[in-house]
Amino acid sequence: MTREWIIKSILLLVIIAIITLSGLQLYEHRHFQIPIVPGPGVTKVVKLSEYSKGLKGSMADTNVFFMEGKEQGGKVLMMANTHSNEPAAILTALIFLENAVVEKGTLIIIPQFSNSASRNTKPGDGYPLYFEIQTEWGSKKFRMGNRDASPLDQWPDPDVYIHYPDKQLLSYIDTRNTNRTWPGRVNGLLMEQVTYGAMQIMRDEKVDIAVDIHGAETMFPVTNCIVAPEKSIRIATMTSLTVKAREGFENHVEPSPSGFRGLSHREIGDYSDTLPFLLEAPLPFLDQPTGPKTMDLLLDGKDPFLLSLSKKKKLFVPYDETGWPMEKRVGQHCSVILELLRQFSRKHQDRTILIRNVPRYADVVKNGVGHYYHNPEEAKKSDVYFN
Amino acid sequence: MPVIMILYYVISAYLAGMLLWNFIREKKNINDMLLYLIVLIPFVLRLLRVK
Repeated sequence: MTREWIIKSILLLVIIAIITLSGLQLYEHRHFQIPIVPGPGVTKVVKLSEYSKGLKGSMADTNVFFMEGKEQGGKVLMMANTHSNEPAAILTALIFLENAVVEKGTLIIIPQFSNSASRNTKPGDGYPLYFEIQTEWGSKKFRMGNRDASPLDQWPDPDVYIHYPDKQLLSYIDTRNTNRTWPGRVNGLLMEQVTYGAMQIMRDEKVDIAVDIHGAETMFPVTNCIVAPEKSIRIATMTSLTVKAREGFENHVEPSPSGFRGLSHREIGDYSDTLPFLLEAPLPFLDQPTGPKTMDLLLDGKDPFLLSLSKKKKLFVPYDETGWPMEKRVGQHCSVILELLRQFSRKHQDRTILIRNVPRYADVVKNGVGHYYHNPEEAKKSDVYFN
Repeated sequence: MPVIMILYYVISAYLAGMLLWNFIREKKNINDMLLYLIVLIPFVLRLLRVK
C-alpha cells in the first residue's frame, strides 16, 4: 500500500468512527419511546391520523387521549410539546393524563403534539439528548426535542414560508414550526397536516376550549402569561386575577396579535368556535446569554448570567438565586388550566367541565413533578402507551 | 415521501459522490482530504436518515 492510501485509510476510519458514534446516538434518540401510564380517567386512545389521514405511518403521527366524564358537559383539548424544547408542557400534560378523573365533560390530551420535533435535536446549541425527572420509583427519562420538526420528516424548507390561507410571508424555518402552521390544510406540508388534525378534532368533537402549553425565554416579553384573542380574553383575565389572588403567582394576559398569522391562539379562534388559550411559563434554558445548555439548567433554571441580567433589570420575570425550577413552571400550568376550566364552567353552566385529582401550584412545588407519575414497570403492559 | 423530497435525496447522493470522488483524486494535500470527508458527514447522515 502506498503512503497516500495509508493516510487515506486512516482518515476514512476516523470519519467512519465519528459517523458511527454520533449516528448511533442520534438514531437512538429519534427512536426512543417515552412510556405513558394513563390514569383511571382515560377512556379512549386514538391516533391524530384518524383526523388527518396523511399523517398515517409518519413520525408526525401521535397519540390522542380521551378522558370522558360520566356526565355530559363541555370539552377541552390540551396540547403539549407544540415546541418540544419546552418540556414543562409534556410534564403538565402527563400529570393530567396519569391522575385526572373527569366528573363532567371531556378532556382530550395530545401530550406530544409535534412528535417529529420531539425526535429532533439542536446540536448547534449543545442541547442534551434526554432529561430525567426523579420519581419515588426511580427516574423517568424523556427525549429532549427541538422547536421545529425534523427535516427527515419534512424537507426541503422553502426560501420563504407562505402561510396558508392568509399568504403572510414568514421565516422559512417556520414551515416546520407547529405554532406557525395553524389552521393547516389536509393536503399541505406535513406540519400543516398536524395542525389540520387538531382543527378537525375541535370541529368534529365540538371542543369548547383549546389550551396550547409552552415555555418562553425570561428575556422575551411574552413570557409567564396567558395569550388569548378577543373572544377568550375575559376568561383569561379572570383566570390571571384569580391565580394571583388565591395562589400568589403572577401570570399576566397578553392579547393575541391579529396581524401575526399561523399561531394557535389566533387561528383556532378565527377558524373554529373553540376558545383558544396559549400558556407561557418562563424557561431560562431558552435564553441566549446563559452558561452551557445542561439538563440541570433545563430543570432548575439557575444561571449566573441571567442572575446578573436580572440585577440590571433586563428580564421580564422576577429572577433570583433559586432560578425557575421545573416544579414552579409545571405547577403554574396545572393551576392556570384548572382555573381556566372553572372560569369557563361558571359562564357556561350547560357546558361545565369538572376535573378532580389534579394537583395545583402549591402541591407540585411541595411534592415535585415526579411524585405524580406512575411506574410503567408496575402497570399492565396493555395499559402502557409509548410516544 | 413527496417527489421534491426524493429529488433532494438524489442531490445529496450526487454531492456525497462528488466529495468522495474528490477525496480519491486528491494525491498530496492531507488537509483537503480531511476537509472532503468532514463535509461528507452531514450528507451521509441525511442519506442514512439519521439526522
